Amino acid sequence: MDLLERFAAGDLDAFESLFRERQAAVYRWIVRIIRDPATAEDLTVETFWRAYKARARFRPDGNFEAWLHRIATNASLDHLRTTRNYIELSEDFPANPCPDSAVQKETSIAVQRALESLPARLRIVAQLGLIQEEPNRSIAEALGISESAAKLRMFRAVRILRKKLTEAGVTL
Amino acid sequence: MNDEEINQFGKKLRAAIPPIRRSELARDLWPDFLQKMRQSPSRIPWFDWALAALAASTLIFFPEVIPALLYHF
Repeated sequence: MDLLERFAAGDLDAFESLFRERQAAVYRWIVRIIRDPATAEDLTVETFWRAYKARARFRPDGNFEAWLHRIATNASLDHLRTTRNYIELSEDFPANPCPDSAVQKETSIAVQRALESLPARLRIVAQLGLIQEEPNRSIAEALGISESAAKLRMFRAVRILRKKLTEAGVTL
Repeated sequence: MNDEEINQFGKKLRAAIPPIRRSELARDLWPDFLQKMRQSPSRIPWFDWALAALAASTLIFFPEVIPALLYHF
């Protein structure tokens, strides 16, 4: 019996092996959406917890990584729906301070606030597509929607972001 | 708005916000998972409770089915 079959049958040792193999990749995906390392760690554990609880529904001949990816995306989406995780700017941002660094900092705050103001389902698309340069295809797969729906969400996110930034007096 | 405009807008956004502080996982999360597992109470679905209640009430109100059941088991 291979690892995935053992996992689906409820073998905790098999699950531990899968956890240790995939935890870094799941964390990397979540931190790109959430941008906060501590929250991303919590959501990584939550993702595996959801996967473990749903093990009976997993088909061992299916794609475990894609399944986990979807669960991680949904966990992130649930988190975005319930919280507003404003990321504080570190003292060393921008990396190369110049006479305009105060303006840069203000722009950065305005951009982050504009991103936060997006509805969760648009924000996740904006984070992955605009900030992380993830292609529409993989965003669509992770969200379980069509590529055209992902593209439509991207258009709407950009339109709202532009409006919010203009209102804040920021021109990009 | 076309794809090129979106790409340009994304480029400007990326330049405006700081990079992610820690993009790689720094520690093993398995102990956290085990802790979460221990803290989570094992919940019995309401449907199972309803089924058990139904079976129990059948035996109480219709005790004559008990010998029939025992015969089949």
